[in-house]
Amino acid sequence: MKRYGIGQSVPRFEDSRLLRGRGRFQDDRNLPGQSYGVVLRSPHAHARIVSIDTAAARAAPGVLAVYTGEDYAADGLGMPKATLPRKRPDGSPMFAPQRPALVVDRVRYVGDPVAFVVADSLAEAKDAAELIAIDYEPRSAVTDTAAAASSGAAPVWDECPDNISNIVEKGNKSATEAAFARAVRTIKRRYVITRVHAQYMETRGALGVYDEGDERYTLYTDCQYPHRVRNMLCSTVFRIPESKMRVVSGDIGGAFGSKGWQYVEHRLVLWAARKLQRPVKWTCERSEAVLADEHGRDSVGEIELGLDGDNKFVGLRLHLIGNIGAYVGSDRNLLVPSMMIGTAVGVYDIPSAYALVTGVLSNTSPTAPYRGAGRPEAIYLIERLIDDTARELNVDPLELRRRNMIPANAMPYQNALGCYYDCGDFLANMDMALAAADYAGFPARREQSRARGMLRGISVANAIEQAASPAQSEFAEIRFDTSGSVQLLMGTKNQGQGHETTFKQILHERLGLDPGDVHFTDGDTDQVAFGMGTNGSRSTVVGGSAIYLAAEKIIEKGRRIAGHMLESAATDIEFAHGRFLVAGTDRAVSLKQVAAAAFVPARLPLGFDGGLYESATYAPSKDTYPNGCHVCEVEVDPETGDVAVVNYVIVDDVGTVINPLTLKGQIVGGIAQGLGQILMERVVYDDTGQLVTASFMDYAMPRADVFSHITVKSNPVPTKLNPLGAKGAGEAGCVGSLPSIMNAVMNALEPVGVRQLDMPATSDRVWKAIRSVAKENGK
Amino acid sequence: MPDVTITVNGKREVRSVETRTLLVHFLREQLRLTGTHVGCDTSQCGACVVHLDGRSVKSCAILAVQANGSEITTIEGIGTEEQLHPMQEAFREHHALQCGFCTPGMIMRAIDLAIRHSEADETTVRRELEGNLCRCTGYQNIVAAILAGAVAMRPHV
Repeated sequence: MKRYGIGQSVPRFEDSRLLRGRGRFQDDRNLPGQSYGVVLRSPHAHARIVSIDTAAARAAPGVLAVYTGEDYAADGLGMPKATLPRKRPDGSPMFAPQRPALVVDRVRYVGDPVAFVVADSLAEAKDAAELIAIDYEPRSAVTDTAAAASSGAAPVWDECPDNISNIVEKGNKSATEAAFARAVRTIKRRYVITRVHAQYMETRGALGVYDEGDERYTLYTDCQYPHRVRNMLCSTVFRIPESKMRVVSGDIGGAFGSKGWQYVEHRLVLWAARKLQRPVKWTCERSEAVLADEHGRDSVGEIELGLDGDNKFVGLRLHLIGNIGAYVGSDRNLLVPSMMIGTAVGVYDIPSAYALVTGVLSNTSPTAPYRGAGRPEAIYLIERLIDDTARELNVDPLELRRRNMIPANAMPYQNALGCYYDCGDFLANMDMALAAADYAGFPARREQSRARGMLRGISVANAIEQAASPAQSEFAEIRFDTSGSVQLLMGTKNQGQGHETTFKQILHERLGLDPGDVHFTDGDTDQVAFGMGTNGSRSTVVGGSAIYLAAEKIIEKGRRIAGHMLESAATDIEFAHGRFLVAGTDRAVSLKQVAAAAFVPARLPLGFDGGLYESATYAPSKDTYPNGCHVCEVEVDPETGDVAVVNYVIVDDVGTVINPLTLKGQIVGGIAQGLGQILMERVVYDDTGQLVTASFMDYAMPRADVFSHITVKSNPVPTKLNPLGAKGAGEAGCVGSLPSIMNAVMNALEPVGVRQLDMPATSDRVWKAIRSVAKENGK
Repeated sequence: MPDVTITVNGKREVRSVETRTLLVHFLREQLRLTGTHVGCDTSQCGACVVHLDGRSVKSCAILAVQANGSEITTIEGIGTEEQLHPMQEAFREHHALQCGFCTPGMIMRAIDLAIRHSEADETTVRRELEGNLCRCTGYQNIVAAILAGAVAMRPHV
């Protein structure tokens, strides 16, 4: 077995520098002569700007410039635009208001950028920002999702009086209506999925440079898609060829979807750098992050299940209202929750389904992908509804799931919302998880808890998600040098997933290269020819497959060189364990020797195209469907409402496992973020639209003492859709964790009669739910 | 601006600082020791933990002038490329870091914890991490690494 090959729990190669404080994160980078930018943001949820007076700020010590939206417009800079073909309910084109870098006449959420101050020092820029006098005329605001979509809500945009930006439909409406007409029972529920913030430990930043000699911009920023950021900045903002810009991302201190493509600060630092002829650095502070960043989730779903007399599911219908926020700055703000709603039927055989997603504008920060990006929402809705259905029909929730689950022999399976599940064994996942969680022993444990005055609950949730979209290709290049060492260049962008290790393992598996001989490069548009970046559980699947294909090309070319070196026909040369061998003999040359020869014309066939560097740009043919089963057990203290997760088991099927150690890290980390959302986290706007959770003093973050051990097991069913058999793992843990933890809480609260509760299950909300039921019952 | 004399990672540094300069900014900006990170502005996250005279402190919660005359150890003063500190090695073996941003603060806290509680159990470790946030790992591997690292450190204490 190969020491570093596929399937080995290899500790990460990138760790040595990160453990010694030698990483290079965004704020660690400084350039000679750099200046500092500060963004002045709206304190109002909605207001007209009557006037802006920047005179005092401009005159303040150290200030280089104070820019407003009028300056931006005067310089003729553009802004990105959403391009997805969406419609409003009446069939007219969607209403997708573009996002200016700095607003001109109206602010639409707390945090909307109004002015950009640049000074010699950060302290001077901050001081000057406080001297800008803005006369605001406040207007009515709406931040709540359901309220924004209801009639009479204050319009965020005058041009869109009902706040409905667009709708998306999936499935077959009439077939679903017919199925519901035939259904013996129907169960309908409404669930709220809260708004959260990714809260990566490293806040965002941007450092812009303009080189007068090269007439070229460089943007250093922590982003997930350097090439797409470059594309958007060049094509829509600066209107220059992409060759005139370089985007560089170093180590990224977490991203989780929310450091997606283009943020307005990217535009501001580049624009200011060119005007001032000095590098301009902007670093977001933590208390600014919830104002400055895109948020995650925030939707309200009404979901209904139809069953026949045997409790077989016959139809599912869903209306989900997704909160877009104040702008549709790009397609990114249209992705959640509609793009990934196709798995709302879960792993169940539901012959007809129909989903309607309404995208509603509000006076809030725009929403965008955050770990799962619609996938956790889809599974949350179906898995909660199944538990509520079981409760209402008084049937065993496990039995209800078993009865309706898609069996392995039904694969491939086309679901009723358009998703094509190519493979998976959901029943086996569930059986493995139940055994590992000692599900059978739960009644005894519940009894023990009861004896201590505690409520104990358990849940089983089956997750499946759409991953590694075929809409995006990915790039890998294997570049040998004359010494035989290698640079591996990737279009994906690591944010902590351990790409360097995973990708070196794939390279080792294919070419036998010692990881020590391989230098890993990502996040630099000047070095890497192309890339779509890291999102949607795609990097190992799509990027890894690109490595695989590039390696094939290396082998193919190497075979011809080796044939010449060994004086044999290329067709007689076999490649294995990093060596080219004349079949049936012991005559061989190593890949390193072949690489060295590749640069010396005398050692090559006459007229041979020398060198050894190959790339591949791979696009999958279909989405993959990672899946798994989560079993969660909680204990609730009825006196305080405190919820403790006491046991958690997941069995995942992410296809081929490249590195079990880092896979488990991804799975547990995803579950942890789901736990945070279910038990404590929430972005809160008050009734006036004011943001009240802008720091770690107000925004509850999960800490070490809220977790218990999470057991991760794998039941891989490799996909045939790509050469690796991988399905994607980044979001898998998160997707099922939301329903599993919430359902366990609801199961625990069953004996005290609580039937309705939305996340987050904070002690105060749980306690109030228990009290309100007790009051109704006259206790 | 007052002068401070601070020994950082064994090297005596004499520098002028503004009185309002936080220790973390002194380390990052004046000494260019960027391994100590800033993850928040309310002393909640612990990404900036360093050792001050052998005790772990949040360097965002102390002024550089308050550290005058003290000995500071930052993550850059722990372990070498050839030989990681046992706690660093435990973090690597147990995959206790993903993005690596909270890691320096976690390691500095963990070493202090292990010195104070060489027989620490899981509950103690989880409680002692109250002031250190991690968003990637769910803490599971961090806790395992600290337990293992504490054992590995015993002969060195």
